[in-house]
Amino acid sequence: MQKLAVSSAPILEQLNSTPMYLICGGIVAFVAIICVIFLVRAYKAGVALGMDTTKMKRVIVSSATFSVLPSVGILLGVIALSGSLGIPWPWLRLSVIGALHYETQVAQAAAEQVGMSKLSAAEMTPKSFATIALLMSVCIMWGMILSIFFNKKYSKKLGTDGGSSKAGFGDRAMTAMFIGLVSAYIGSYIGSFVSGNGTFTFTGDWLPLAVAAVSALVMALFVFLGENKKLAWVDNFSIAGSMIVGMASAVIIGILVK
Amino acid sequence: MDKNNNAVWEKYSKTTHFIGRLVSAITVIMLVGAPFLIGKYLGAFPDIGAVGKAFFSVGLVWTVSSVAEFLIYTPMLGSGGGYLAFITGNLINMKIPCAVTARDMVGVKSGTKENEIISTLSIATSSLVTILVLAIGVLALTPLQPLLQSPTLQPAFDNVVPALFGAMAYKYYRKNMSIAVAPLVVMSVLFMLVPSLVSSTSFMIIPAGAIAIGISYFIYKKGKEA
Repeated sequence: MQKLAVSSAPILEQLNSTPMYLICGGIVAFVAIICVIFLVRAYKAGVALGMDTTKMKRVIVSSATFSVLPSVGILLGVIALSGSLGIPWPWLRLSVIGALHYETQVAQAAAEQVGMSKLSAAEMTPKSFATIALLMSVCIMWGMILSIFFNKKYSKKLGTDGGSSKAGFGDRAMTAMFIGLVSAYIGSYIGSFVSGNGTFTFTGDWLPLAVAAVSALVMALFVFLGENKKLAWVDNFSIAGSMIVGMASAVIIGILVK
Repeated sequence: MDKNNNAVWEKYSKTTHFIGRLVSAITVIMLVGAPFLIGKYLGAFPDIGAVGKAFFSVGLVWTVSSVAEFLIYTPMLGSGGGYLAFITGNLINMKIPCAVTARDMVGVKSGTKENEIISTLSIATSSLVTILVLAIGVLALTPLQPLLQSPTLQPAFDNVVPALFGAMAYKYYRKNMSIAVAPLVVMSVLFMLVPSLVSSTSFMIIPAGAIAIGISYFIYKKGKEA
């Protein structure tokens, strides 16, 4: 991870200046307002439809607790990119639409196209920064553009816009799709361990697999506790709790292996 | 659901699409416009030729990925959740698991009005928490830096995604082992035989999901016939 640099290169003084914070902060504030509007509208519609407000509040609390840890991970992404792109731009990119693996890759590709040997503040010029920033925006905007033109038609076609109150195969398909998603990632951890350093050598990186296993075990404990009616509240913290212990196990393994 | 509720829903749904489209368009304009505004402040505008070349080298891959994400995730998230998730990003590591967990916690089914509400509440809350954590983090970035960047803690933050998927795997596999076994085995064998595929895991979600959906459909059909 690159070091946070506030003024090690002259360009960083400009990239970390008040106007940059105002431009990026303004967009982040706009997106925050959008979120509040959607949140309030959905809650009011739920009340109007006669949904249980306790359940809706549980969803809000659970989603908030769930999101804290991954958000800290995303904050690390801001720190990682701040050494070359300043703080405000990575802050904007990772608050709105972005994802760390995407941002780093695209920024690096753009840096190469403007003649930089690598993404670094030492080689950054105002023109190269503006170019990198534009490419980062252009490459990732397609999900939003597709939403603008096709969300309505696609949702209606699939019947996922709440048009019914009964569930058919669609619900099972969504669960199956999620199982496929999880399987792809768990499979990649197994594959990395078995063949990461040569096919079937079993000497690859086993830490992600170990972390996933610990996390799964802790989730099993949460599920066991949550099945007790008096302890049903622990379900709100099951994902965040499992993740914390899983991530802590990575630190412990790191210390022990050293 | 009575006529009154249907009218409420119709109005909510129509307005959601209107607001969703409007704010998505404004966000695209702001995100593409920001580099030009910054360029004006810095005294140098973006090199459009370089942007074009870089777009054809890496951008096309991400465009295909965006199409796949739109097709896969919109049905999971519903209309309102879909607009919000594509504006706020971080889908795979946060928004999708967050919405799916919320949906399961309160026991609503995909395609229902309740799911649409729950999904939107979940993604809006999740996005606000990220914005808040990042804003606080940016304010406190310098003092926090030694702690967050300490080498001892790095393995924890490098393994956020495995920690998430380990927990989710237990939650989903325990009730759906008959669906989960095949995609897990196929994916594991594939990654063992072609380790370079690890860098394309996000694309491998598509065949893994197709296998799981196929098996789920077979079980569903068999259950209906019985």
